[in-house]
Amino acid sequence: MNETMPLGREYMERYPEWREALPGNELPWLAERRADAFRRFAERGFPTRKVEAWKYTNLNPLTKKLFAPGAALAATPGALPADALDEKSVHRLLFINGRAAPGATLALPDGVRLMPLSEALETVPDLLAPLLAADAGPEEAGLLEMNTALMTEGAVLLLEPGVQLEKPVHFFFLTTEDAGEAAMHLRNLLVAGKGSEATVFEHYLGTGQTGHWTNVVTEIVLADDAHLHHYKLQNESKAAYHIAATTAKIGERAVYDNFAMSLGAALARNDIQARLDGRGIDCRLNGLHLARGHQHMDTTTVLDHQKPECRSSETYKSVVDDQAETVFQGKVLVRPDSQKTSAHQLNRSLLLSDEASANAKPELRIYADDVQCSHGATISELDEQALFYFRSRGIAADVARRLLTEAFLAEMVEEVKDPTVHAVLHQATTDWLGQTWPKGRRP
Amino acid sequence: MATNTETAETIRSLTGEYKYGFVTDIAAEQAPRGLNEDIVRFISAKKSEPAWLLEWRLKAFRAWRAMEAEEPTWANLRYPAIDYQNAYYYSAPKSDADRPKSLDEIDPELLATYEKLGIPLREQEALAGIAVDAVFDSISVATTYKEKLAEVGVIFCPMSEAVTKYPELVRKYLGSVVPYSDNFFATLNSAVFSDGSFVYIPEGVRCPMELSTYFRINAAQTGQFERTLIVAEKGSYVSYLEGCTAPMRDENQLHAAVVELVAMDDAEIKYSTVQNWYPGDENGKGGIFNFVTKRGACRGRNSKISWTQVETGSAITWKYPSCILQGDNSVGEFYSVATTTNLQQADTGTKMIHIGKNTRSTIISKGISAGRSQGTYRGLVKVLGGAENARNYTQCDSLLLGDKCGAHTIPYIESRNRTARVEHEATTSKISEDQLFYCSQRGLSQEDAISLIVNGFCKEVFKELPMEFAVEATKLMNVTLEGAVG
Amino acid sequence: MPSLLEIKDLHATVGGQEILRGLTLTVEAGEVHAVMGPNGSGKSTLAHVLAGRPGYAVTKGEVRLQGKDLLEMSTEARACEGVFLGLQYPVEIPGVSNMYFLKAALNAIRSHRGETELDAIEFLKIAREKAKLLEMNENLLQRAVNVGFSGGEKKRNEIFQMALLNPTLAVLDETDSGLDIDALRIVSDGINALRSETRAILLITHYQRLLEYIVPDRVHVLSEGRIVKTGGKELALELEKSGYADFEKKDAAAMTASA
Repeated sequence: MNETMPLGREYMERYPEWREALPGNELPWLAERRADAFRRFAERGFPTRKVEAWKYTNLNPLTKKLFAPGAALAATPGALPADALDEKSVHRLLFINGRAAPGATLALPDGVRLMPLSEALETVPDLLAPLLAADAGPEEAGLLEMNTALMTEGAVLLLEPGVQLEKPVHFFFLTTEDAGEAAMHLRNLLVAGKGSEATVFEHYLGTGQTGHWTNVVTEIVLADDAHLHHYKLQNESKAAYHIAATTAKIGERAVYDNFAMSLGAALARNDIQARLDGRGIDCRLNGLHLARGHQHMDTTTVLDHQKPECRSSETYKSVVDDQAETVFQGKVLVRPDSQKTSAHQLNRSLLLSDEASANAKPELRIYADDVQCSHGATISELDEQALFYFRSRGIAADVARRLLTEAFLAEMVEEVKDPTVHAVLHQATTDWLGQTWPKGRRP
Repeated sequence: MATNTETAETIRSLTGEYKYGFVTDIAAEQAPRGLNEDIVRFISAKKSEPAWLLEWRLKAFRAWRAMEAEEPTWANLRYPAIDYQNAYYYSAPKSDADRPKSLDEIDPELLATYEKLGIPLREQEALAGIAVDAVFDSISVATTYKEKLAEVGVIFCPMSEAVTKYPELVRKYLGSVVPYSDNFFATLNSAVFSDGSFVYIPEGVRCPMELSTYFRINAAQTGQFERTLIVAEKGSYVSYLEGCTAPMRDENQLHAAVVELVAMDDAEIKYSTVQNWYPGDENGKGGIFNFVTKRGACRGRNSKISWTQVETGSAITWKYPSCILQGDNSVGEFYSVATTTNLQQADTGTKMIHIGKNTRSTIISKGISAGRSQGTYRGLVKVLGGAENARNYTQCDSLLLGDKCGAHTIPYIESRNRTARVEHEATTSKISEDQLFYCSQRGLSQEDAISLIVNGFCKEVFKELPMEFAVEATKLMNVTLEGAVG
Repeated sequence: MPSLLEIKDLHATVGGQEILRGLTLTVEAGEVHAVMGPNGSGKSTLAHVLAGRPGYAVTKGEVRLQGKDLLEMSTEARACEGVFLGLQYPVEIPGVSNMYFLKAALNAIRSHRGETELDAIEFLKIAREKAKLLEMNENLLQRAVNVGFSGGEKKRNEIFQMALLNPTLAVLDETDSGLDIDALRIVSDGINALRSETRAILLITHYQRLLEYIVPDRVHVLSEGRIVKTGGKELALELEKSGYADFEKKDAAAMTASA
């Protein structure tokens, strides 16, 4: 097996045609970046399991057929699903099947720009030029180069210094049956100016059973003293492929609070790379995988402590049922001279069934000595003693299992401070638990 | 040692013609530089090995040739490319005439280190390679030793002897735990292995003493491609000690050893290593490259294999003593202290593969980095689908002494059985200020305080070592870290 | 003959903040002094400055131990000169037995004094004697320093160490914190057993309760980094009744008056 699978000939042949329809073609710098990115990706192709960062996740399904960008997808809103957030409580950007859908959004305060990528490229291209990098070290995240080459749409949020956005911003990516087997290359950009604060809810919801491919890159730049609460819920169609990369460049004393929940997709990969490029940063990365059926969920993080006196903490939990598989790879890198670093990481996987499996690779690369770094990883089933205790008090086995699993998950969702987002996430876990233990299921 | 003509004829009778035409140099102390099939044949012939073993070596060599482009590069180690053709793969044992006659001829600095390590005089002589007849004590000690073992049927002899004296046993187990094509370095070893230990403990026998490489009075220079095989039959027990705290030099820079352990039902093998190969000078020049494959197969029910290691030497260390927990209720343990100073690099750890039911593994790894060195723990805990109730507990702690070194922890944890419980914890920090202050407030100098705290840090591992080794290990740590803390 | 401990106008900062602001205090040999004060008054800082802990900067003032300049000396040198600090939160040292630790410490101090070092057997004999004196279980010696010790056990271990190391000046930093009545009695008995003509003990405490067990010769009230009142043991009872607020008020008044 080679390290990478070269990009299929079909992709190479169709790319020139697809490139014509991409937004921002009139911008020479963007055209150049796209061309470079495509060339590089074409040379290397999709990573195989021989690439260390992809050790536990097989991208074969993505290479078996051509996923063309969905050019002709309609963007008519139709009726939104019942559990969509009330548009009066959030600032929403709606995308249907990868296309920006028009729609009312709450009036924005001054100093806030919120618009689809296509619009941003037309109206404020100069603000975007420093972003949209084709490379975002220290390691290649997700399928970033292909995304740069083919990105069509995405959510852009730009906050000027000092802006305090009270209501959350909802990046709502909805896919319907019309998504088919299209590829959606989405690029989100989030720039928070000095001292600004906002909550962003990145939300992927599939109402159909489509086997499409979402390839999303979210680039975040936090200036000094900015605070960003970044929540993500991935609830795509169970047959879809969701490959996501989040790269965050964080400035002095900024706070980056990230929580991502994975519920959908047949294969989901969440790459999060945070570069702590200033002193006194507080970076929290948390997440939850709820996997069943044959789902495969992979969260791979890189926390790069580039300067002294920063704090980072990571907690990732997984609950795995049926024949599903979960992967957590968390690299903490503390560079030389990054003294007084505190970095702690925790990963817990709960296996519910005989064929469930979990993989964990918590990694510490430490080059400074005046630090406190630790990690812990546990994989097990529900505690027998706890179960017995419940049952000895008259509680039915399946109820006991559900209660214990709920307790296991609870502390993760409780971390989400925004009430609107919390409600959605909490409901999602409740629904999942209810489906796992419908009445009368096996003990 | 065989005469010139005898050996030459042996070679010809075994192998036919020589391609490279150095038949006349058979009497030579060394094979010429380089590695090719003829050198492999030469080695085998020099040792008068049976045909089946030569065949095995040749298979391995051909496999290695095919792998040549695939030398592993995934470890966290940087070293200049090794020119495998620019080394000697066979050196004959030194004759007594070439050996030093007494300790007076030995480098005084080396002797000073022996003193600090508390090594007894007789052992110093053995280590320094003093001619055997000048150390007559050692022979008599070895004789009593051999008698005791013979009484209970324990076989403990050099591999080269075992191959001719106990061929069926060796043939049965050699390569059964580490197949000849297992990995680049093991394959190389299988082709050119020099010597090592063969240990066989018969059913029900508890080996009456700790087996140590000291007692294998084997004058040959065996360190380079050592091959060891230990088989513990049903219900038996053996504790084996390898290496020593004394700094060991070798003209040959490349070391690739293979150790295979086999434990049957209710058997236990305890394998302890103290390794202090020359680590190179303060610029990292000239140290030993130590690539070791060690693996234990817990074949039987209730079998147990424990690896305990104290690694302070070598410029490069690449080793992952592992346990295959096949038998139900089998137990695997790995206790390790790895220190790196100056420019040393170590990438070491273990693999615990849980296959049978109710298996248990414990991993305690303590890493200490100083100077500009890099120490990496790399481990794999893998629980297969049928490993009901498997239990693993792993604790990896790293201590950084100074801000120019690195300590890295890279565990891989894979579980496919929900009844298994796998727990892993790791911490990395420097010596706590609070602890240092506590010690200094009680009157200890900074150096003594550090020494005390570091030894405490390693205690959990040291207490697994057989007693004398543990005492030596403590001294070795002190000597190693001397001046390592600025 | 110089006093055992003489502190003159001591100013010290921690983390950039000035905590001791002109503290003056003298203790003679054979005496037990109590230093009491509210949280933040500088009690712990005083203890750590005397012991020579890194991170505490003395900006002004003088400290003499039997006439010698204490501030000039390193932490371990002070220990060898006879300073013992009983910590409020004794730290754990995994893998190092009490026996090993204390033998090393005692020998370091003996060696400084020009005395011969003790071997394991001699040390064990002395250690056992002291353990008996303090009614402590011998197996304490084999346990790793403070690992898995309860709060009370840690404090008793501090006093045991004090008995072994035989200091000239013992500074006990809130030795009573976290102790229940029984533990308090045992620890106090131990300290009382160590009172001697050649030793001075500085008890740093927040609560008066300890002083019922260990009756002090002098009581000092520390407020905002200075000693604001000194008295006999009755002063402790006064504090118990009225709290520290009065002293802080008086002190503030005194400060504004002198400003």
